[in-house]
Amino acid sequence: MKATRRFAIRLTALAVGAAIVGTVTTAQAADTIKVGILHSLSGTMAISETALKDTALMTIEEINAKGGVLGRKLEPVVVDPASNWPLFAEKARQLVTQDKVAVVFGCWTSVSRKSVLPVFEQNDGLLFYPVQYEGEELSRNVFYTGAAPNQQAIPAVEYLMSKDGGSATRFVLLGTDYVYPRTTNKILRAFLHSKGVADADIMEEYTPFGHSDYQSIIAKIRKFASEGKKTAVVSTINGDSNVPFYKELGNQGLKATDVPVVAFSVGEEELRGVDTKPLVGHLAAWNYFMSIKNPTNSAFIKAWKAYAEAKGLPGQKDKPLTNDPMEATYIGMHMWAQAVEKAGSTDTDKVIAAMSGQTFKAPDGFTITMDEKNHHLHKPVFIGEVRADGQFNVVWKTPGPIKAQPWSPFIPENKDKKDEPAAK
Amino acid sequence: MRRCIALLAAALSLSLAAAPAAAIDAPTLRAIVDGDTDARVAALHAAVSTGDATLAPVLQAMLDDELKFDEAHVWRVHDGQASDAVTGAAATLPDEAQDVMVNNRLRGEAQAALAALRLQAPDAAVRAKAIATLRDAPDESQLAIVDAALARETDPALKGQLRLLKAATLVASPDRAKRLQAAGLLATGDDPATRALLGERLGPRGESDPEVRAQLRSALAAVDAHLAAGERLGVLFTGVSLGSILLLVALGLAISYGLMGVINMAHGELMMIGAYTTAVVQDLFRAHLPAGAFDFYIVAAVPASFLAAAFVGAVLERSVIRWLYGRPLETLLATWGISLVLIQAVRTVFGAQNVRVENPSWLSGGLPVMSNLVLPYNRLAIIAFAVLVLCGVALLIARTRLGLFVRAVTQNRRMAACVGVDTARVDTQAFALGAGIAGLAGCALSQVGNVGPDLGQTYIVDAFMVVVLGGVGQLAGAVVAALGLGVLSKLLEGVAGAVLAKIMVLVLIVVFIQKRPQGLFALKGRSAEA
Repeated sequence: MKATRRFAIRLTALAVGAAIVGTVTTAQAADTIKVGILHSLSGTMAISETALKDTALMTIEEINAKGGVLGRKLEPVVVDPASNWPLFAEKARQLVTQDKVAVVFGCWTSVSRKSVLPVFEQNDGLLFYPVQYEGEELSRNVFYTGAAPNQQAIPAVEYLMSKDGGSATRFVLLGTDYVYPRTTNKILRAFLHSKGVADADIMEEYTPFGHSDYQSIIAKIRKFASEGKKTAVVSTINGDSNVPFYKELGNQGLKATDVPVVAFSVGEEELRGVDTKPLVGHLAAWNYFMSIKNPTNSAFIKAWKAYAEAKGLPGQKDKPLTNDPMEATYIGMHMWAQAVEKAGSTDTDKVIAAMSGQTFKAPDGFTITMDEKNHHLHKPVFIGEVRADGQFNVVWKTPGPIKAQPWSPFIPENKDKKDEPAAK
Repeated sequence: MRRCIALLAAALSLSLAAAPAAAIDAPTLRAIVDGDTDARVAALHAAVSTGDATLAPVLQAMLDDELKFDEAHVWRVHDGQASDAVTGAAATLPDEAQDVMVNNRLRGEAQAALAALRLQAPDAAVRAKAIATLRDAPDESQLAIVDAALARETDPALKGQLRLLKAATLVASPDRAKRLQAAGLLATGDDPATRALLGERLGPRGESDPEVRAQLRSALAAVDAHLAAGERLGVLFTGVSLGSILLLVALGLAISYGLMGVINMAHGELMMIGAYTTAVVQDLFRAHLPAGAFDFYIVAAVPASFLAAAFVGAVLERSVIRWLYGRPLETLLATWGISLVLIQAVRTVFGAQNVRVENPSWLSGGLPVMSNLVLPYNRLAIIAFAVLVLCGVALLIARTRLGLFVRAVTQNRRMAACVGVDTARVDTQAFALGAGIAGLAGCALSQVGNVGPDLGQTYIVDAFMVVVLGGVGQLAGAVVAALGLGVLSKLLEGVAGAVLAKIMVLVLIVVFIQKRPQGLFALKGRSAEA
């Protein structure tokens, strides 16, 4: 009995002690700026998004090492929405209303962005979205650091139609079944119409998230390609489905010189673990490739390598890979830090105002500018061909950064849309 | 390309008669590897037109991404050893050397040039490959070398291929008679390239002469007939392949659910354990054994994944499931809980991201059966594996003592116990067997899909579908249901696309189960549990 009581006393003491420690940590936390990181660390999108979480953490370390922002250190709050779209909204709400983060870096798929959008708009939060997407959206609470269709999809299809790209006249539009591929393909279809491609020469095909059996799709592509000259495939497949897709493509021997596949969501990271020797020549369009040679990129890759080794990131520590959305995360976070410095506050309205016209020397070799009005970056476009080592050879690029068109001119209803978000 | 091959043909005939051609020089090669694509293609054409055989290895090196260049030189880097690409002398690579950029267009041009150089190779297989490459992009300038090759060729099959190639080059000829003849010849073609060529000629910018058009149309019909067979076989194969995967996935469940009546929601996670075991075995092979042994990791992974999953299954049965026999709802909930525990455990140990499982090299690539039908080795292997596992299970149930006991316990537990069967032990063994087979399925799945913590979740519904559709308690039912579902899914996918096909299959199964709740094959007579 005595022993029990003593135990109870000890337990209370411990609890009190813990409570005190707890208050101290919260007191410390008041001196930091909280930054939310909202990327799927499990489920079908984890293959792409995990690296973005780590890039964000690396960038926070980098900014903190230079003294933080406004003299305060950044404190990351990482949550895992698990490739589950409603959970994205829940976790976003938790970040904005409970953790009171100053800004959130997150999302990959457009369906996740669409599901968190109301949360940021209602609570006047700030989201930095680092992935290429379909456009047709402009929120004052979001900064889009990935490409709009005119910075990725349209140039890629133009390239396929050019002499160097193989003069394609027939197109297979292949995607995962959700808003990004459907909208992108709608824009591309309108674009192809404007170039004189008939509907009979376009095949559109969708698969569910996490689809893993691409046998019949590849057989269909093979059949479609045999029905006329020079077919190209435009792939908007997202997530880990890409691994079985490319494996099947290689196994069935569909070569890039016959039917080139250009992908918008496949980069260095997604091809990790795929035997790329049979895939040489297939393409990807991005605003950054790891293989681009310039001092800023070398420094970026070196920093990532050091970070991956120091943290023992699975996969990355043995073979560090960087890719476009990682670069976009990196640019976005640095620009946000610059804007906060400029605004002298983390207040959403002030930061939004300070973001316009921000510049940053990016790993893609250009000094990237945030548009004055439309919340998108001016970015260069690169088209790369898969090499045997899983990297990309840049085979085409724009001379410099180009301005984003979030409202595609190929969709007739967009004619009167304004190139800036509506005021609050 | 047109001009280049014509020139090449002329050069070849010259070089056969006259002195050996001069070796390629550095400025020529420099012009091929750097600059504007049009200029590079022109330089390539000019170089090939000299008929210089020394060009072949350099072109091959360029295709293999082994060339680097700077202001004046071109180097070849092979296995980390740099040498001068022109002279072949060993050299050290300067730091500022750049990679040679090869895009699809240059790759196609270089491959066609190589193929043209190889049309006179002594090895028939090399010639066959060269002809196939040239047939991908035929044009009339190839006529001279094709004719030369035709005159030389002795192999009848290759002669036929060359005639087709000749026809393909002639079908766009300005001479109407030649076009007509070519259109007739093309009817014997049986490959997608010929189909595409005919489609193009019949298109708006193609043939204008009505008689040739009619000939082209009949040729197209003939080629289509050839291709249709390949397409039908292709659908059948993909269906059987999906069926074999479904069968593997469902076989374990056919034992634990079908024979023992345990609704095992953790069945998918047992598969996941098998797949992760394969990944671990693969990593061990890579880390501790010489590189040559890596290709055979799968041989060790098969028994390892069986044992790992069977062990987990046995532990599950002993610790949880045996207390719940005859209480299906509780079993369902308990096993579902276990499945969540297993998923989380794997996430904690291996991380939430997918793990990489590489195919051994002998499972990469495919077997070309027809011109438009390639059967991937990994899928062929899985079909064979499914047949083996099925035979194994059937023999085990029908012929061994364990199988006898399992059947006895299933049919009448109390009577079996009365005659001295240790029913508890038989239960454990049978459940472990079912789990082990799930592990084997996981090992097979790792070769075609992604290995991640959620692997089991994607297949558990399919597994139950197969068992319920086939008729609970029937191995034969599972086989028929798996193959039927596989082929049906693939047929529907061909018509309606992957998303709709999935929905249609589910609806069909719901309707079927409404009409026939006992499944395809029902146990006849008195059921054991009833």
